[in-house]
Amino acid sequence: MIKKKECVAMLLAGGQGSRLYLLTQRVAKPAVSFGSKYRIIDFTLSNCINSGIDTVGVLTQYQPLALNEYIGNGQPWDLDRTFGGVMVLPPYQGQKRADWYKGTANAIYQNLHFLDKYDPDYVVVLSGDHIYKMDYSAMVDYHKRMGAACTIAVIDVPLSEASRFGIMNTYEDNRVYEFEEKPKQPKSTKASMGVYVFSKKELYKYLIADEADENSEKDFGKNIIPAMLGAGEKLYAYPFTGYWKDVGTIDSLWEANMDLLGDRPALNLNNSSWRIFARHSSNPPHFLGNGATVENSLVTGGCEIYGTVINSVLSSGVKVAKGAVVKDSVIMRDCVISENAEVNYCIMDSDTVVGVNAKVGEPMELGKGISLIGFGLDIKAGTVIPGGVKADEAFLAELEGSTEEV
Amino acid sequence: MATVVGIIFSNIHDKNVSELTRRRTMASVPFGCRYRLIDFTLSNLVNSGITHVGVVTHYNYQSLMDHIGTGKDWDLARRSGGIKILPPFITAFANSQNSLVNTRLEALKSMVEFISSCKEEYVILSDCDVICNMDLSEMINAHIQNGSDITVAVKRMYLTHDVKNVEIVESDGDGRIIDVSDANGIVTGYRDINLNIMVMRRQYLMNLLMDASAHGYSSFTKDVIAKNLDTCDFRVYRYDSYFAGINSLTDYYMCNMDLLSSSARDSLFNVKNRPVYTKIRNSSPTIYEEGCNVKNSLIADGCEIYGTVENSILFRGVKVGKNTVIKNSILMQDTLIGENVSLNCVITDKDVVIRDGRVLSGHETRPFFIDKLTVV
Repeated sequence: MIKKKECVAMLLAGGQGSRLYLLTQRVAKPAVSFGSKYRIIDFTLSNCINSGIDTVGVLTQYQPLALNEYIGNGQPWDLDRTFGGVMVLPPYQGQKRADWYKGTANAIYQNLHFLDKYDPDYVVVLSGDHIYKMDYSAMVDYHKRMGAACTIAVIDVPLSEASRFGIMNTYEDNRVYEFEEKPKQPKSTKASMGVYVFSKKELYKYLIADEADENSEKDFGKNIIPAMLGAGEKLYAYPFTGYWKDVGTIDSLWEANMDLLGDRPALNLNNSSWRIFARHSSNPPHFLGNGATVENSLVTGGCEIYGTVINSVLSSGVKVAKGAVVKDSVIMRDCVISENAEVNYCIMDSDTVVGVNAKVGEPMELGKGISLIGFGLDIKAGTVIPGGVKADEAFLAELEGSTEEV
Repeated sequence: MATVVGIIFSNIHDKNVSELTRRRTMASVPFGCRYRLIDFTLSNLVNSGITHVGVVTHYNYQSLMDHIGTGKDWDLARRSGGIKILPPFITAFANSQNSLVNTRLEALKSMVEFISSCKEEYVILSDCDVICNMDLSEMINAHIQNGSDITVAVKRMYLTHDVKNVEIVESDGDGRIIDVSDANGIVTGYRDINLNIMVMRRQYLMNLLMDASAHGYSSFTKDVIAKNLDTCDFRVYRYDSYFAGINSLTDYYMCNMDLLSSSARDSLFNVKNRPVYTKIRNSSPTIYEEGCNVKNSLIADGCEIYGTVENSILFRGVKVGKNTVIKNSILMQDTLIGENVSLNCVITDKDVVIRDGRVLSGHETRPFFIDKLTVV
């Protein structure tokens, strides 16, 4: 082989994301819309290309159609390359067997022949469901400097929340001596971000050994890392400071969207030196009509706003008619909020139409929680959808039935 | 379907808006928040299935090349066909003599080489400043059906005394052209205006160019068309949807402001299956801050707005500071407006900085233009 890549990224994008409920009924979690014009996976893919990693395998399994279509040939991220680029790696039928990916480690194991093709020195393993901007090349440099077998990126979390994460217990020099998954009594606040750098030799060795172990769950956190620690390999924690958020739940997805707002947003997208790339759909500029009031919000191409939008994130092509109010909400592509309708504290999936005078969700102050509104719904005029519910077609049918009875 | 190659003239009418074309071609004049003028022609071609396009350039075409890049944003990065920039054909022996004559002939020569190397049967010639969303395949079919030598797109428009720089096309009941003349400010009322989009057989164009070069012709309409009205069959193709041409800076201003009406936006941008493509800049979404007040304005991505914006067009990456009031203005890419600024009927070119507290105003009949990279 004449050609090789120093570094190849493997992006785990097969998870269902069941805690996003309606949002992941039709698409995998990495393909869920985020921050007005992005999908969750854009952040990881953009991090790769901005870090100089131009070979990325995307491991898909759950509802891959939208994700495959979105990634395409990788052109939006400059990942259409003659050697390397982005490759979607679904489970496949082999000569001897056909298997779904049984865990994160197994997913990589089943694609070792993909890695062989590029003969990388280092393999970066990533998850496709986090929002952050990170320079992986600095982490790879750190990995080299430490002579590590594996380096795990960690972020400092408040001690009170540490028991929700995988926690790395380290010596002074960041060498990891213990890994605890969601510990009841956390000994440190270094939470794993799900970003790993492996030296190729060790990665192959432990993946192959793990595959042979029938009792293993084939998971990086549960099996591979503990096995490496047990064998005395050099594992280092790479401390990351900056914005990082797991958007695995409705609440955290909403919060992460809100983190983009304000005078000094927690996550600033408007930075030309670390751009987040996304696939575009040729939307015209957005228009704000005479009666429009838009404050503390994100708006993008194709939107037409004649009503009021406050503390909200609007994706492309959203229409807000005269007299309509959208507050504290995340509205995805091509939704229509008709005249005098009210939308409060919601995450609304794309292509849903809210009829005139309808009331969707309840104000955040009332504490009923976020209302989750499904894809492509036709919410009839005057419908009232309470706070904190998950509204899909069945829910709407039931709601309609119950009002008829009254 | 007939095979067609498109040719766009990128420097045509440059002098109409000399303020904007001092550093760029007419084709790369910014328009409508995120577009360059050529985007409309390119999108029309691509949306009509024409994927082989030559762009004729004369001078100042760096910004155009930067905009077009490989052409992939219009799906024109192709193995066969795709977009080709046709720079002036200047030989080592040229430039010492009468440069104007030389350039004209040489531009023609470079075009001839491109056209003769094409395989397509038909060619469509278009100016770069035709702001419309037009189904060109319909026009090509009309041309094939009427069997004429050249078909010219026209639109019936109302001429006032101050409309200049347009051509009036007169035709008989069959649509055959009987006269072509310049609007002179005397003729008023409804007339058919030449949209400067023409279809003909490629071979016919080759012959025309050879003939024009032999006779020393320079104007397509006044020489080639006007002198052959009796012997050749030239027809009109009537187009009646939205069209804007730019004949002056005031025109440029009004055409941009047109986009604040939903009917103009609908017939330009919201035509089914016919989006307008442009170079993708990957700007972040526009962020509206607390206390901002934006009304009746068209705004691109990447802006950050703290102040008041009314009846205005904001391009990508514009920042508007606190307590600033922008009215009836066009702010191009990356314009930076400080705090307590007041602007009315102002056009800022790219990368202009307006410092805190400045008050600037033009009038809608004479907008105040601020050149690229100026700091006020």
